[in-house]
Formats: sequence, C-alpha cells, structure tokens
Amino acid sequence: MSDIQEFQSKDIVADPTQEALNVLSERFGSQVSPDDRKNYTGLVVDRDALTDVARIVRDELGYDYLSSATAVDYLGYEDGDYLEMVYHCYRTTGGAPLVLKSRTPRDVATLPSVVSIWPGADFQEREAYDLYGIYFNGHPNMKRILLWEGFEGHPMRKDWREAYYEEEHKPFGSRWPAGHVTRAEEFNPFGRNVKYPEGFTMDQAYDVSEVDHYEGLNLGVQIEGGIQTDRLVVNLGPHHPSTHGVFRMVVTLNGETVETLEPVMGYLHRNHEKIGERNTWGMNMPFTDRLDYISSMSNNLGYALAVEELMAKSDVKGFSQPTERAELIRVLMVELTRYVSHTWSIGFLLNDMGAFFTPALYGIWERELILDFFEATAGSRMMCNYMRFGGVAYDIPARLRAQAILENDVIRDFDTMDFLRELIFERMPRFVDEYHKLLTSNEIVISRAQGVGILPPELAIAYSTSGPVLRGSGIPYDVRRAQPYSIYPELEFDIPVGRNGDVYDRYLVRLEEMRQSVRILQQVYPRLKETAGMPVFGLDAYAPRISEGGEAYGRVENPKGELGYYIIGRQGKEYDQNPWRYHVRAPSFINLTALEEMCKGHKVADIVVILGSIDIVLGEVDR
Amino acid sequence: MSNHQSFDLHELHDPEIPIPEGLEGSIAATSLSRIYNWSRARSTWPLLFGLACCAIEMIATASSRYDMSRFGMEVMRASPRQADLLIVSGTVTKKMVVPIVRIYNQMPEPKYVLAMGACASGGGPFKEGYNVVSGIDKYIPVDVYVPGCPPTPQALIYGFMALHKKMEGQQLFQRNSTPWYSRGPVDEIPIPILGPDIIDPRQASLLRQEVERQAQGVAMTEAQAEAGD
Repeated sequence: MSDIQEFQSKDIVADPTQEALNVLSERFGSQVSPDDRKNYTGLVVDRDALTDVARIVRDELGYDYLSSATAVDYLGYEDGDYLEMVYHCYRTTGGAPLVLKSRTPRDVATLPSVVSIWPGADFQEREAYDLYGIYFNGHPNMKRILLWEGFEGHPMRKDWREAYYEEEHKPFGSRWPAGHVTRAEEFNPFGRNVKYPEGFTMDQAYDVSEVDHYEGLNLGVQIEGGIQTDRLVVNLGPHHPSTHGVFRMVVTLNGETVETLEPVMGYLHRNHEKIGERNTWGMNMPFTDRLDYISSMSNNLGYALAVEELMAKSDVKGFSQPTERAELIRVLMVELTRYVSHTWSIGFLLNDMGAFFTPALYGIWERELILDFFEATAGSRMMCNYMRFGGVAYDIPARLRAQAILENDVIRDFDTMDFLRELIFERMPRFVDEYHKLLTSNEIVISRAQGVGILPPELAIAYSTSGPVLRGSGIPYDVRRAQPYSIYPELEFDIPVGRNGDVYDRYLVRLEEMRQSVRILQQVYPRLKETAGMPVFGLDAYAPRISEGGEAYGRVENPKGELGYYIIGRQGKEYDQNPWRYHVRAPSFINLTALEEMCKGHKVADIVVILGSIDIVLGEVDR
Repeated sequence: MSNHQSFDLHELHDPEIPIPEGLEGSIAATSLSRIYNWSRARSTWPLLFGLACCAIEMIATASSRYDMSRFGMEVMRASPRQADLLIVSGTVTKKMVVPIVRIYNQMPEPKYVLAMGACASGGGPFKEGYNVVSGIDKYIPVDVYVPGCPPTPQALIYGFMALHKKMEGQQLFQRNSTPWYSRGPVDEIPIPILGPDIIDPRQASLLRQEVERQAQGVAMTEAQAEAGD
C-alpha cells in the first residue's frame, strides 16, 4: 500500500499537461498547444492530429483510461464560435488527468473518432452526435443514442430552444422579481411540450425511430453442426421486469445463444444537462439527486466538489472549504449510501437469477433503516439534496424517530449517536455476514454467476468501465485512492478486486465493499463525536456567483462507478450565476459499453444476470 | 365464516336490511354492485412496471415494511393483459410514452391509471426538458394523482385507498359509471408518432390549423413589408 501511495503522490505532483506537451510538441509542433484560457487546463489538439495524438497519449504516456468525452458549445465567445470536444484521460495507476481538447466549426461539425483508441468513447461520441450534432468520422455506429432517429435538431446546442423556452438563464424574469406564476402549456399552441418545424402537417409524419435498430442484423437461417437453428431478433424492454427500468436491448439469437446485442436507451432521457445549463449553480443540486436515484448523497458530493473546485479557482468571496465536521458528515452519508446501493444491487442481482424477491427484501429492509436516518437529517428519504458548496445543509439532528433496530416493530425516539453506533457497529456488519452466509456459497448463485459475463482486464480498461465492474476484472482502480478527495487519505480501507472478471467476482467485490464501507464508518463515528458543535456550512456560499469562469471536473467513486461532473463557468456579469456547460459522466451509461462484449456467446437468460451485475440505474444512463 | 375476526362481513353488509339476531357478522345482505366492487377493490393487480425514481419507492411500498399485500395488491403482473392498474411511476419521456400507450391499450377493462409523483402528474422538475411529456394525462386518462417527488410509500398507499374508494363508487348498472360494459369495443388510444417531435394523432387538425395560422402570419408580414416599401 505504501508503495502505491508513494507512486501516486509523485504522480500527482508532476504536471501532466506540461509533461505531455514536452513529448507531443516535438512531434506535432503547433498542432498541439496548451489551453491558455484562464482557469482552463489541458492541451488543444488540431483535429487532423487528434487520433495520432490520442494513440501516443495512450501508448507512450500511459493514459490508458478515457474517463469522459464530452462536447461544449462555445457560442458567442470572444475567440469565436466553435464546438469543442473534451477528453479526460487518466492512468489506471492513479493521478491527475490529461485533458485533451479538439475544436470544430459549428456549421459542418466533424471530428475524428477515437473509438479505435479508447473503445469506451463509443457511447459518449454517439451522445455528442445526438445532442451537439458533431459527426465522428470512423465511428462504427454513428447514430443517435438518447433521442430518436428523426428528431429535429441537436438540442444541447446553445441556439436550440425547447418548446417551453422562456429565457436563457434562471431565475426567469417572470418568476423573480415579477412573481407571476403561469403554466407553460398555456403559451403553446398544442398545449403540450412540443414544437414542430414550420409548415409541418400529419402528411409528413413518418416514424423512422425503429428502423435503424434492425438494419444490418443479417436475419436468415443458419445451419450449424447438423442442427438447424434460426437467427432470431428478440427485443428485451423497455417494459421488462428485469431491465432495472426502461432499458431496452435488441438481441440477435442463434438458437438460444447471443450473437449481437445492441443497447437502446433514452427512454428516461430527461434532459438533465439542458435544464442544468438554464439553472443556477445551486438549483442543480436537487437535480443531481435524481441521476442515480438510489445514491443521491454521493451524487450531491460529486457536484459539490466540482463547483467547489471552480469556486476556489475563481476566488469567490465568502467561500471557504468545508470544515472537518462537514467532511466527516459527507463521508458518513456517502458510505451509508454505498452500503445501501450495494445491498439493493445484490438483492436485485439475485432477483435476476430467479430468487424472486426474497434476497431483495432482506436488502430493502436494511435500506429502510438508513433511510430513516437520511429522512431525519435531510428531510427526504431518497432525494436528499443535502450537500452544499462548502459543507452540508444542516448538521445531523440530536434525536431521530426511527424503526427500532433490535426490536423491529415499533417506531421509537432515539439519540442519533446511539442509533448510529448500533447501526454501524452491530447491525451493518452482522447483516453483511448474513448476506455472505446466505448467498456466497449458494449453489444456484455459483452456477449462474461463475464464468458468466467475463470481462478481461484489458477490455475493462479499454471500455472505460468503472466501479465494481472494473475492479471485478482485477484492476484496483478506485477514485478514493487514485485521486483522493475529501478526507479519504486519512481513512484506512482496502480496495477489493476480483480475479476472473465474471458476475460472481462483481458480486464478491460489492460484498467486500460493503465491509469496507462499514470499516470507514467505524473510523468516522468517533471523530463525529469529537467534532460535535463545529459549524458545517458557511451561508455565504449559498447562491454563489462565479465571475471569473473556467472549467472544473469533479469526480467521486459512486457505488456504481466513477461519477464525474464537468462544469464550465463563463466570464461576465450576466453568466456568473449559471453553468455554461454542465456535463455528467455517468458510470452506468459508460459501463454499458461493455455489455455486448460480456453477453456474446452466452445464453439469453444470462443477459439478465450480466445486466444485473453491471448494476445500472436508468436515471443515470439516460440522464 | 363464523370467525368474523379474520373475515368481517360487516363492511359488506347493507345496514338497512335487518339480520336475525345472533347472525351479525356471519351473514351479509348486500347489492351485486357492492360485492362486485368490494372484490375488485381488494384484488387490484398492478402492472410490474417501473419508470424512474418513483419505481424505487413503489418497490419499497411492495416490500415488507409497508406491505402492499394488505390490500391484495402484491400480485404484480409483468404482462399488461393480466393487470388492472397501471402505476405510472416516474418521468414520462416522449420516447417512452409510445410504449406506455401501447401497454395501456393492451390492458383489459376495467383498468385504472395511477400517476405517481410530480413527473407523471405534470412533468415535475423536468417539465421544461425537451424530451419530457407534461404529465401522462395528456395521452391516457388518469384516475388518481399522487403528489410528491417521489411520494413516500405512505402517500402511495393513500393513493391506493383513494383508488379503492373510486372503484367502490362505480355502480354496476349505470352505463356511464362502467363504460366497459357498453356495446361495441372500447376505442383504443392512438399510438403517438415519433416525428421531428412527438405527434399525437388526435391533434392532426390542430397541426393543420397551426400551419394555416403560420402561413397567414407570414403573408401578413410580407404584406406589411411591401407596404413599408
């Protein structure tokens, strides 16, 4: 462990941008230049050189892990209107990112695809094509991903306006200070959230949204070893009990064996990013709750970290870093959330294996205990909206009413610290052991999970998977250690890894992570007692104005994987309340890139189990 | 059924009809409508169908702490053809409303829809989003709205109770109360079309009117421009 830490700290000190620039400018000259805008980092790469640069960055500089790839629309900026693609590249050995940027004009927007270098860019480039209209040359499957084929326009562009458009930024003039409350439907000729191109009538209404899913599937009869089997296309979802929400897969089967699998998503695409760019900084916090709606607390933390980074860069008046107690409460909440999410996920993995609901009920019951605490602290069971920039919204309450832990039939009034002690030191460790005893050596679990959905470590990195999927494949990459945040460097915990990269190893990793979470909580608890009474939030940062602008990328280790927020603030008085760009690097979404690889060659019934082992949440996949 | 602690016939019994002394609770004299609605309301099978965040609270409601089986609702069917109640549990997007209308059309009558949460009721926090439908009631009829983001399990249970109340108020022999027993098939809801934006076929005439209005508007501005010259 000490070796790793030493290596990491050395790695973090070195400036990755300068180091990369030294190597790259020798070969590419002026095609690679540092991004010298204020509060920006990284390298701007000419688009003709992008793939070559990316290859060297991966192979020679060792940035093998593409965390996030996203587009930004710099419309109306001083240095010209252009679209910019931003790539955050990491080393799986840890350390700070190398940020690559490449620009394209807005009218004919094309960029070379980096899928051949980092296959994990696949869905992310399709998303950029869908929402920004950047065409990626060389992408194997360039079509829309979140919206449907035939949708008019690319909605994340700054000049695209939604049907209920009111103003560029909140607070809208009609609401504040004018104070009128109207319903957007009343101003729309159709009374709905729709807008059509000019002159559009029913005669032009063609639904081509389904056509693309079935093209190129080579349907036909194939004869194999004397047994005649038909190739068959099966649609799983979007209404299917085992897809964990409104996820859909178009699967080609040969007999019962999976030949191709294409995820179809966007059935819960609710425009977090477009809404987020109209919102003020603070307004986005409750929206982050609804991304991965099982772990709202850790979503909050990622966004708070990103905005805090930007606020620190921009010297916002009155902003101070969170106090020790605020950090402790944050870690307490985040680790409880990780525990909740993993109990839920393991319960539903068993559900997918056919153990209908009994293991899930065990998990849900554990969750309820913790939700009682969340409700008492934040005021809501699921959508906590609890973190703030520079702290948390309120301190934990002195007392709470919760279902008794040991006598579990009555709601009782507890001292919060007593409740937490019982929870953290007795109930939670005992429950993990119980889960382990019931499931780990269960015959059905072993036969359904071992050797199913294998993802080799090289591919796990290449597909940019994260969280238990990456660690289940044997890569000890955890953001809490790789690029530590909050008070994690002061805490002792291990990063569990799997050996075989199958469903069973992902299950074991989750189970062990629950143990490690309990271990962290046990270290946090006494320090919470010591810091009682310390303030947790400076009110000055409640509605920040970030006047200098710049970019920030805040990432946290969420239960599902690495959650990142890429935010940009624009300089100027009229822009300082709102993010110019608000992008969510959603772990569930990117982990799905590897789904086809894991499912190929398995039986159709295994798809459900493999999907369960990735543990997706649709709020985060579709955003 | 003499043990009226476990099965109480009092709630079924019409108090205006006298019952011999000593038999209270073991005999119920009631109307056909009453017993029909009573049994329907106590075996409302929901569709196993989750959309978004609210689905998690729906699952929590079904689990042991809140326990939907107290209402005879634990039988969640995965097929719409076996379900009585569609719980729209989450944000309805334009892409998803197409399957939802299909699912609704496949459910047999009598069927009910419960809009769970702010999004399903009216768009909720995501209303302004370009891919979000402002409430499922724009496409299919809704019987009960449950507010909240997400509603707590208690709120959802209150919604179930409101639905049961509605069911018990429907009179079997009044046509407008039970339209599914009228002659002829019940009209299906037309499936929305995913064109440049979502199109409800029922709004075809409105679309044409809008085009005409636009054309007039354009003509007027051209005329004005000429007058200006």
